Amino acid sequence: MARAESDVRIGQQDKGGVMDWVKARFPLDSMLKEHVTEYYASKNFNIWYVFGVLSMVVLVIQLLTGIFLTMNYKPSAAEAFASVEYIMRDVEFGWLIRYMHSTGASACFVVVYLHMFRAMMYGSYKKPRELIWIIGMLIFIALMAEAFLGYLLPWGQMSYWGAQVIVSLFGAIPGIGEPLVDLIRGDYSISDITLNRFFALHVIALPLALIMLVVVHILALHEVGSNNPDGIEIKEKKDADGVPLDGVAFHPYHTSKDLVAIVVFLAIFFAVVFFAPEMGGYFLEHANFEPANRLKTPEHIAPVWYFTPFYAILRAVPHKLTGVVLMGAAVLLPLFLPWLDRSRVRSIRYKGWMTKTALTLFVIAFIGLGYLGLQPSTGIYVFLAQVLTIVYFAFFLLMPFYSKAEKTKPVPDRVVYHG
Amino acid sequence: MGNKMTMTKRLATCLAALALGLAGSALAAGGGAKLDAANNDVGNSASLQRGARNFMNYCSGCHSAKYVRYNTLGDALGLSEDQLIENLMFNAEKTHETINVAMRAGDAGNWFGQVPPDLSLIARSLGPDHIYTFLRSYYVDDNSATGWGNSLKTVSMPHVLWELEGIKAKVEHHADDESEEAGHADDAVKFETISAGSLSAEEYDQFVRDTVNFLAFVAEPVQLKRQRYGGWVMAFLRIFGLLSYGLKKEIWKDV
Repeated sequence: MARAESDVRIGQQDKGGVMDWVKARFPLDSMLKEHVTEYYASKNFNIWYVFGVLSMVVLVIQLLTGIFLTMNYKPSAAEAFASVEYIMRDVEFGWLIRYMHSTGASACFVVVYLHMFRAMMYGSYKKPRELIWIIGMLIFIALMAEAFLGYLLPWGQMSYWGAQVIVSLFGAIPGIGEPLVDLIRGDYSISDITLNRFFALHVIALPLALIMLVVVHILALHEVGSNNPDGIEIKEKKDADGVPLDGVAFHPYHTSKDLVAIVVFLAIFFAVVFFAPEMGGYFLEHANFEPANRLKTPEHIAPVWYFTPFYAILRAVPHKLTGVVLMGAAVLLPLFLPWLDRSRVRSIRYKGWMTKTALTLFVIAFIGLGYLGLQPSTGIYVFLAQVLTIVYFAFFLLMPFYSKAEKTKPVPDRVVYHG
Repeated sequence: MGNKMTMTKRLATCLAALALGLAGSALAAGGGAKLDAANNDVGNSASLQRGARNFMNYCSGCHSAKYVRYNTLGDALGLSEDQLIENLMFNAEKTHETINVAMRAGDAGNWFGQVPPDLSLIARSLGPDHIYTFLRSYYVDDNSATGWGNSLKTVSMPHVLWELEGIKAKVEHHADDESEEAGHADDAVKFETISAGSLSAEEYDQFVRDTVNFLAFVAEPVQLKRQRYGGWVMAFLRIFGLLSYGLKKEIWKDV
């Protein structure tokens, strides 16, 4: 630091190379140390710990492919659908860029859901990591908004009617509902005006918010340090140099491990892109290959798979406003996990049978609701969705009781690692 | 060491299972109607050539394929520019133009009750099986405006292929028929031939299959090429994956 200061005196000849010049003016060394080479994370990370970095990979894929899509996409009701087909057929490798972006949207939710599940299993939201969890939840909500806005842009039948259904949900809010819906659409139905503003929000507002939130998410993480599958604070056991005994540096240890995960992820990602870009109608819905037609309501309107758990909750309730409120609550409830969980231990490894059962039931409910959200809203499907909705909410609302009441196992001093 | 390997293996199997699970439980597109499998193969260029001929002769009078350029067909079907113009282009179009119809939308709407839809993406929105079943489900129906009905869905399009298929009538189904197993009465529609067409039943099915195949191809002209690229990308990732795994093992040796 002292040397750096002496170098920047006016009139003094700069010594050394470009890097020294930069280092005299920017805290490169200290930042690299703090966040990369001397950021210590537990050596016993398992497979569940790769989904954070994979979320970043997908975010980068989406940003880059998004930029190239914007170069040829036309945000207008008259031209949007045709411009997407132009990208698919006439732009050099336009099809690849578009499939990467459409597959990326689904991939994003796959890795983010798994990342969130990891945090739930190992209690990563518990003190002192509450803020990381809350920022993460904000990222998740921003992602849902980003995905929803982006889905209108191809201007297919599902784009149009999906947007119609979701936007109309705001109409259920008493008093301000209808004016609010008109305000969102900027028109009395989904129209060119809506498409333009959704485009603006999708390519500028939300990506900007997402990037900032991700930076804050990581800064908050590096302030308190990463959790691990045992839910132990590795900082409590340090060697003479102040390095956690169970920690290894992010680089090169975790980076080299993450690289393997990234390659495996990319192999699966590109297998979908090149061999099954529609993913059987889950990633690209069949009906969306038909241009938006405001006079023709599709028989069956289903959102893309990543929204279906919440959509199923909405439809499980016969009363519209209650349904909307419950759906909103289902999205927001996890925000309160740090205070709902009153267990003495973090990790599922040392929690009792009640938490283990509850978490299992929660996973069943979430996947089950996701499945039901794709089915027609009739008979047995509605009943099942109602049952699973109750399970979903019970998991969160009963947590203060079962997490406190159950008998936990003793937590070891050091992380469990079989090198 | 063994643990690291299982970790990577678990990672791979877990992600693969997830991907396959999604694909495996594939969505049954469309409603309850039973569809016959088209069994078309977009890799079969002879079939694609026949399909292109069928499309240009029987469909393109009313239906556009406005995202499809003539020269896209030429490349994929292995036709020279002269062959393309000779066999598939009947008007004064240029080869870089898209397949449009001369009929004005307003006229078409008046004549048929609706504008014949563009067919560029029809195989992606409805699926090949749907079109295959649809074109084989026409029967004489005196109650309809065109004289034709379709057992798959209500149509405003007449049976343009009747000269090839012949004329069929729908056979009324009797649920109480004793020969039928109770509860297992399949709801497949049955037809009887009134007059034969110029093609046999098998030839007509093949004619429709070729046409559907062509539609499946034009819905996504890049589909053959992308699989080829995919092979190379997978090969690269396999090598890169092995290298990165080796690197990881080397770095973690002393942990």
